[in-house]
Amino acid sequence: MTKYLLTRLRQSLITLFLVSVVVFAGIRALPGDPALALAGEERSPEALAAIRESYGLNDNVVVQYGRFIGHALTGDLGTSSRTGLPVADAIGQALPVTLELAALSLLLAIVVGIGAGVVAAVRRGKPEEWLANAIALIGLSIPTFWLGIVLVLGFAIAVPVFAASGYVPFGTDPVDNLRRMVLPAIVLGSGLAAVVMRQTRAAMLDSLSADYVRTARAKGLSRGSVVGGHALRNSLVTVVTVLGLQLGHLISGAVVTEQIFVLPGFGKLTIDAVFTRDYATLQAVVLCTSAAYILINLLVDVVYSVIDPRIRLGGAR
Amino acid sequence: MTETVLEPVRKTPAEPALSVRDLSVSFHSDTRTVHAVDGVSYDVAPGEVLAVVGESGCGKSVTSMAAMGLLPPTARIGGSIRLGGRELVGAPEKELQKVRGKDIAMIFQEPMTSLNPVLTIGRQIGEVLRRHQGLSRKEAKARAVELLELVGIPAPARRIDEYPHQLSGGMRQRVMIAIAVACDPAVLIADEPTTALDVTVQAGILEVLQSLRERLGTAIVLVTHDLGVVADAADRVLVMYAGRAVEQAPVHDLFAAGRHPYTRGLLGAVLRPGGEGKRRLPEIPGLVPSLDSQPDACTFAPRCSRADDTCTGSRPGLRAVEREAGADASHRAACWHPYAETQADAEAQTDAETQADADGGTGSGTDTGTGPGTSAAAQEAGK
Amino acid sequence: MTTATTALPTPPRASKRRAGGGKLRALRRNKLALTGGIIAAVFVLTALFAPLIAPYDPSQPDFGNVLAEPSAAHWLGTDDLGRDQLSRIVHGARASMQVGLVAVVLAFLVGVPLGLLAGYYGRFADTAVSRLTDTMLAFPFLVLAVGLAAILGPSLTNATIAIGISQIPAVIRITRAETLRLKHVDYVAAAVANGGGDGTVLFRHILPNATSALIVQATVGIPAAIIGEALLSFLGLGVQPPAPSLGVMLSGAQSFLAPAPWLAVFPGLAIVAATLAFNLLGDGLRDVLDPRGATR
Repeated sequence: MTKYLLTRLRQSLITLFLVSVVVFAGIRALPGDPALALAGEERSPEALAAIRESYGLNDNVVVQYGRFIGHALTGDLGTSSRTGLPVADAIGQALPVTLELAALSLLLAIVVGIGAGVVAAVRRGKPEEWLANAIALIGLSIPTFWLGIVLVLGFAIAVPVFAASGYVPFGTDPVDNLRRMVLPAIVLGSGLAAVVMRQTRAAMLDSLSADYVRTARAKGLSRGSVVGGHALRNSLVTVVTVLGLQLGHLISGAVVTEQIFVLPGFGKLTIDAVFTRDYATLQAVVLCTSAAYILINLLVDVVYSVIDPRIRLGGAR
Repeated sequence: MTETVLEPVRKTPAEPALSVRDLSVSFHSDTRTVHAVDGVSYDVAPGEVLAVVGESGCGKSVTSMAAMGLLPPTARIGGSIRLGGRELVGAPEKELQKVRGKDIAMIFQEPMTSLNPVLTIGRQIGEVLRRHQGLSRKEAKARAVELLELVGIPAPARRIDEYPHQLSGGMRQRVMIAIAVACDPAVLIADEPTTALDVTVQAGILEVLQSLRERLGTAIVLVTHDLGVVADAADRVLVMYAGRAVEQAPVHDLFAAGRHPYTRGLLGAVLRPGGEGKRRLPEIPGLVPSLDSQPDACTFAPRCSRADDTCTGSRPGLRAVEREAGADASHRAACWHPYAETQADAEAQTDAETQADADGGTGSGTDTGTGPGTSAAAQEAGK
Repeated sequence: MTTATTALPTPPRASKRRAGGGKLRALRRNKLALTGGIIAAVFVLTALFAPLIAPYDPSQPDFGNVLAEPSAAHWLGTDDLGRDQLSRIVHGARASMQVGLVAVVLAFLVGVPLGLLAGYYGRFADTAVSRLTDTMLAFPFLVLAVGLAAILGPSLTNATIAIGISQIPAVIRITRAETLRLKHVDYVAAAVANGGGDGTVLFRHILPNATSALIVQATVGIPAAIIGEALLSFLGLGVQPPAPSLGVMLSGAQSFLAPAPWLAVFPGLAIVAATLAFNLLGDGLRDVLDPRGATR
């Protein structure tokens, strides 16, 4: 177990290193003077010189990279050319919004996706399965941003149950917070729920026809124990893997969702940075997002090995 | 081991542990109907081992799955299966759940896949105890250790927390047996329990089963296509062919003087002079008839050298082979032209020789090995 | 003799599972796949002949007739500049298809050779390529696209490149897996034994046999690229207004949700129809061409 995790940790660190190189190189691959890019609107020769100095653009590339990483590791992600404030502060403000959004969508995807997947598998050949499959297929084919627009049309304009935009911290007003977060969470979670549902269904169909399920039934276990305790327990191994692979889409989806619902999260920060050519922010955001993504994948592997003893104990598959 | 097996058969007591009467199972689909089991009857007494023998697809496994109530919903079941006086055919699922694992239990052919890979074996054994005997988690675990000891697993207290993939095939099958006998069931159905295992491991598993029936008085239905296992472990034998019972006899009677031509065919290789006694079922010329065509005839007739118009025109019932014997005669065969006991020896000889030639021609069935390779091949062929 | 039909809770074992509804299900699936194929074909033809089909010039404003409801003259209404929405959707389909095809071709041009390389030569090539795909996969699609748009500047071409790049890892993985599998198949081993050069083996024997899996991947890739284009254009990173694109239209429609909801509904329906069609077609093809992946 430890050995396996160490291997995974090492791989993750290598990937993270490569990602940081790509991000670092990306900014320097910008056409023209990086100082111009980092300067934003302020383009006087003095300002540019100051930027070259503060970013050390006059040093050689390796030194620059070393400093970039050194700063990033100590939490110094540079200064936004748009606001003149530390990028780390902007990220600190945006993070809770995105985390709440992601957590709510994940919850939705897991509850609805696994639930519908189990029902579809157990009720194979019945209308329930057909319904679940149809909804999943449509869910996969509807682009998130359009679903967002349609939901706003339906539940914020036609029948104003939920709010269509803006963010109120949960601590300030939980009800208002949820009123504003429900639609975004549905938008962000729907695609993931569809994927989880399909995967759960497929894994459950496999499990339900497995020999150990026959054994469980031969023990006289109730239907609930057979489905939940044996078949689902095994299916979760696959479902968690897929869930992990899909978390990247969650990050992508958050960018769009926040844009539609005007939520001041990570995604909005990213898009705003692109349009205001705020490269310091963009660089930091991309780096953080990718690091988070790598970390999530590592966590998924840990969870995976907890669920599946064959991996945890290093036995034959 | 062979010595102990050939002991005189016990007298069947008044109350059998499991009583199957006129069981029929068919599968219906849009296009056709398959009769997997057609009018099979048998009894098993407490402490008795009944072997159900036949080629793959003869309905022996379907019969046992029917007794467990584990057939798929597409199956139609007719007849009666009584477990200690309780009717199982048509019983609601809830009732069956209370019986399964408690009064009737089963072990399967595939020990490698029959245990849940993500649960400890302790949990998998304990589960059945908690379900049927209402034990606490702790009590169940303590009892599970005892059970592992009972089925001959060394260091059970340590093994209890292990996962199936950490155990060998033989060990896993012992765990399966421990699960099956956890609630001291009246009937244990063992469906090809040794087929997937090495020869040396096979003997160990059979020993465990033997000791269980002696110590606990469990009635065992041993489903197999391995005549070596039958000779080693069974008291009585039921031979099945194409969904029907064709012969039923105490084990030594069957081996000494099988009456049905199909039985003779099965035993051909076993009894061949010079043979060492343990054989896979030999190849019998012709194909097993497809189970969706069930004419009013002996299903074995197309492959039978003794068949005539009677055989193709009407179906033989399972009748006592001794004219003077009563309805409960221990040796019965379903054949219009059974072999006579007096001629048995002479005919067995010629028959076996013919058989040997046929086998040599087809190239299969004469394999002498009963090792894992052969088992695997036979298993695959059966699927 | 009592006869009873047992009602047992779980499905029958695998071998018998397909006996009952199997054929029916296959038929229904084929019908769905056929429907998907037809819709996809209509979509492709619309894209090809957009100028002939569109009733109006998609970028011709008509300030006397803005935000008009669907009518006989303008079947799907007009937008805030009075442009005919149907014409814009037809031309938008063209942008979608263009990005869909070009991005997938791009991903294949890069991904297939790398996948073959990694799968066939193994060792260092495999490690290097696998590390590369891992790194690429570490960037969520949109972050990658946003980054590229930021570096290259927002345009349809750059959006296409970004989408193409984002699909490369999947193509590499599938090609690699197929190559690994085929390398050990008898006839390929025989070709190697007969002294076939690497080129011959790769392009005569392995690649043709990996086609099925790659076609299936393409049917997954095209709808993903269509959505990707709409998404990037919606965010302002793809097609630039006033050029018609389904994403651009949806982005504009957001400002007029209450007075003109039809502006948000129809472009979205067009995207859903196209992606659903390709997904159904893909599912059908997968059943036929790649039975191993059927449960995905």
